[in-house]
Amino acid sequence: MSNVTEAVIQRLQLQSEKIRKRLVEIVYMSKSGHIGGSLSSVEIETALYFYVMNVDSKNPQKEGRDRFILSKGHSMEALYATLAAAGFIDNSLLDTYGKFQSPLAGHPTKKIPGIELNSGALGHGLSVGVGLAIAAKMDQKPYRTYVLMGDGEQGEGSIYEAAMSASHYKLDNLIAIIDRNCLQISGKTEDVMSLEPMRQRWEAFGWEVFDVDGNNIADVVNNFENMNCNNKPKLMIAHTTKGCGVSFMEKVAKWHHGVPNEEQYTEAITEIEDRINRLSKLL
Amino acid sequence: MSTEKNMIPCRKMFTDTLVELARQDKDIVAVTTDARGSVTLDAFAKELPAQFVELGIAEQNAVGIAAGLVSAGKKAFVCGPACFYVARSLEQVKIDVAYSANPVKILGVSGGVSYGALGFSHHSLHDIAVLRTFPGMHIVLPCDIFQTRKLVEELIDYPYPVYIRVGRNAVPNVYESENIEFKIGKANQIAEGNDLAIIGTGETVYHCLEASKILKKKGISARVIDMHTLKPFDKEIVEKAAVETGRIITVEEHSIFGGLGSAVTEIVSQKNPVPVRILGIPDEFAIHGKPLEIFHYYGIDTEGIVNAALQIG
Repeated sequence: MSNVTEAVIQRLQLQSEKIRKRLVEIVYMSKSGHIGGSLSSVEIETALYFYVMNVDSKNPQKEGRDRFILSKGHSMEALYATLAAAGFIDNSLLDTYGKFQSPLAGHPTKKIPGIELNSGALGHGLSVGVGLAIAAKMDQKPYRTYVLMGDGEQGEGSIYEAAMSASHYKLDNLIAIIDRNCLQISGKTEDVMSLEPMRQRWEAFGWEVFDVDGNNIADVVNNFENMNCNNKPKLMIAHTTKGCGVSFMEKVAKWHHGVPNEEQYTEAITEIEDRINRLSKLL
Repeated sequence: MSTEKNMIPCRKMFTDTLVELARQDKDIVAVTTDARGSVTLDAFAKELPAQFVELGIAEQNAVGIAAGLVSAGKKAFVCGPACFYVARSLEQVKIDVAYSANPVKILGVSGGVSYGALGFSHHSLHDIAVLRTFPGMHIVLPCDIFQTRKLVEELIDYPYPVYIRVGRNAVPNVYESENIEFKIGKANQIAEGNDLAIIGTGETVYHCLEASKILKKKGISARVIDMHTLKPFDKEIVEKAAVETGRIITVEEHSIFGGLGSAVTEIVSQKNPVPVRILGIPDEFAIHGKPLEIFHYYGIDTEGIVNAALQIG
């Protein structure tokens, strides 16, 4: 079902790894951040900003642009690195992250070009996305709204208010994504508060659900591209690995907001750079 | 001032004005939570269904959606009982509206002790105190239908988020017509006087004015200030009153903590400290009863204000 060429996928993979490297750098430099959930969401954001969404880094407020809301606002390092790679913000600005009076907060703020909503408290983004999607329908505009949520975030009840209203208003221009990495700060999601059967729950709310390998950029892109207007809001359950791309962080809950020491940092960067070098040679 | 008894609640004047303006402006959107009756939005919903968003009983979702609508260029008014919007959905007001600088207009109806007999769950006596602490959030309590109409006209393109609290029942007019000066953030002096100043907000303003008339007969000239906007707060009119009258009484349908009285004392204590008597609901769950019975019990009606004026040093 691949609609996208192999060359495009390889380019996106390379971009993902560059973003991955940069976000590890800023977490290490600032000694703060949420590295695990940032690493798991890299391919989703790369796909959106570098292939799927109609956005313009030179004109972030462009009329009719697609909207992206990071509801899991703590995974901000991935979004900063993505926005810098896509040209919304200067790459050198990332070096201020975590420093006194840096414009870059630990969670999204609209002061940064490309960010549509201040967030950080969980369970908010989907409602705001519903509002954007309703407005698009009212104005008969074709833009889409994408909302990235965490899986631990699914404990917030407000999400299900939003889910109800999205199907009630037939918002097929609204695409929610759950970064299903199966870990939250205290451990496995299913131990903290069981979230399964996730697909059936959302289908019962009237959503069209896509199960996707969320760290496989071809799978992510192809699924985004295959979402049709059928009066149903869409949910992509992006099955991901927390800490994806840094072997010793993968599937380890403590890396939710862990900061690597110098040795770990070197190991992480070496691993990512190896992939960057390999992918660069393919292109 | 008008002697004719007003029969129109401020909530009705608000929504009547809104529907009138929304006919001409397709970007005006009303959002509600199974409260179209309480808010008096039936006419809006019937006449302008494409500009009306019903969300069922889900205040958090309603405020978030209103923020999204505004973010997309709509002029969203989210309307429902004040007690729920400044409690259940408070985090959405904090993050999606105030922090995100989305100029949503939140109409909290039946505020204060309007739902007097329904109990504390339905009272909203904390709203001013809480919302004052959210940077960028503006707060307005109009005192009558004329001011409400002027307020709605100003709100349509007002570039900041605003919380508006009105009561449930029709209240006496304070002003004579809608041909009045009104600007958010600029309080109105509605009675002259230099012996003391009485500052009210919302439904207490009428009682402040009536009290000043009684006091006048007793030889006390009381200045009355209609502090319709709690934020941004008109500091100058308060500083002037402190200097020129030397004694201030504040009257609010709100907890004595963090509301009008607090805002006044925060200012007066800085430059020209004068005695300030804060009339409001004390630190207790308010009694049950009709709104005016509750006003009387806590001394925020005409009689209570007169008594306070006679006592203040």
